[in-house]
Amino acid sequence: MKYLALIYAATNAGPAYGTPEFGEFMKGYETATQRYRADKVLIAGEGLKPTSTATTVRVRNGKTETMDGPFAETKETLGGFYLLDCANLDEAIKYAAMIPSAKFGCVEVRPVMEY
Amino acid sequence: MELPPEANAQTVNALVRREWGRLLSSLIGSLRDFQLAEDSLQDALESALIHWQRSGLPRSPSGWLLQTARRKAIDRIRRNKNFERKSAEYAALITMEQDAPEPPEDHSIPDERLRLIFTCCHPALEEKSRIALTLRTLGGLTTREIARAFLDKEEAMAQRLVRAKQKIAAAGIPYVVPDAEALPERLASVLGVLYLIFNEGYAATSGDTYLRHSLCEEAIRLARILHALQPGEPEIMGLLALMLLHDSRRSARSNMEGHMIALEDQDRRLWHADQIAEGIELVEQALALGHAGPYQLQAAISAVHAEAPSLEATRWEEIVGLYDIFLQQQPNPVVRLNRAVAVSFAHSAEAALTELSSLNSELAGYQPFHAALADCLRRSGLLKEAQAEYGRAIELSGNPREREYLALRISKM
Repeated sequence: MKYLALIYAATNAGPAYGTPEFGEFMKGYETATQRYRADKVLIAGEGLKPTSTATTVRVRNGKTETMDGPFAETKETLGGFYLLDCANLDEAIKYAAMIPSAKFGCVEVRPVMEY
Repeated sequence: MELPPEANAQTVNALVRREWGRLLSSLIGSLRDFQLAEDSLQDALESALIHWQRSGLPRSPSGWLLQTARRKAIDRIRRNKNFERKSAEYAALITMEQDAPEPPEDHSIPDERLRLIFTCCHPALEEKSRIALTLRTLGGLTTREIARAFLDKEEAMAQRLVRAKQKIAAAGIPYVVPDAEALPERLASVLGVLYLIFNEGYAATSGDTYLRHSLCEEAIRLARILHALQPGEPEIMGLLALMLLHDSRRSARSNMEGHMIALEDQDRRLWHADQIAEGIELVEQALALGHAGPYQLQAAISAVHAEAPSLEATRWEEIVGLYDIFLQQQPNPVVRLNRAVAVSFAHSAEAALTELSSLNSELAGYQPFHAALADCLRRSGLLKEAQAEYGRAIELSGNPREREYLALRISKM
């Protein structure tokens, strides 16, 4: 089964850029990605630029409406994702727990619809 | 053997109650589908009521039910428009049917209840759903019984169960006993569910008394099954012991009018000696394994009470010592509160007051804290302060029986 791991965290949570903790944090992502690759579960994974760069698009009555900012203003925002191919939810939870941001933010694990 | 209709319904019901979990666990194992398994087993029961009445009990009633349920599953899969999705399970069922045209012997039915309980208590399910699903699938309680026990509408409970089963399927919650790495955490979730079921019956704040006690019995029965399936696991033994020891006091905990009676005022001759003996033996065996966890420690404390002929003759020093170990593992204010109460009997109410005062900010809205504080104030002769604290405890209590009991305390001063 495919699972999307959605990584959420508050903007100012986690280590600050340029500190040694930030280096550790990024290394944690490298380690996780390598492990996913080695275990052949990785389909895709990306980090996202902050929500200040987001644009929300709607089509209403055939007209495209664009708005500055994310779809919902929340304290914890989507910061990245992994798409993983796992045997079951237990495996997906195990891999999601390896994501460094889970230590201060959270990771939502969603099964991908199959047709 | 011919059976009269009412005897037949009774026989089937008794059998279902005993065998439901094992049969369902085996069916889920081959069907990989909770709903299909439950529906097929239900179909088989309906057939049993008709056939057994006509032809008498089969040689292996459980085996008969399992085989019939598998055949019903074949029918259900054939009728379903999503036939292809179940083609692997379907093929396996057909093979099973061809390989063994006779119903399996009762004793040869595979027992998959351990997998079933870990799946029902999966932390990805909402807590209340874990409880409901465990009672429904392992305990064989009907949706109506579960709804009544939790004072819910039957419809709402039915929906909760359907949603839980859908999540298991859609999210891919596996039907497995977790691996060694995940086991401690997952076992804690299973034990937590069983203890919640027990407490739902034991703490009886409202609702049907008879049904409430049957929840306690069910939790104990399920813990026994778990203990049999996973022998030598000290926390399972600890939980089973704890529940047996608590339940041993059920006849002494309330009087004829349903008023609750505190431990110190209970008639200890009403405690059930057989449950006490079993509980003590279990907790001693568990502690000897050398991994004292929270359930074992609570059971050990309960065992010291169970062995005591009176409140005064209780080995309070030992209880304080057990709370000290417990506090090292779980340093939380409620455990400190319970330790302070033990100190009040081991040493003095004044000594306990010092410890209680340090908990004031953390437990300000917690009813048992104010009740304990009031008791210690009363025993220290500070009657005016005690009265105010009993008043706080009454305000915070959601249980009319408890409020009556506290009011009685004030009037007795």
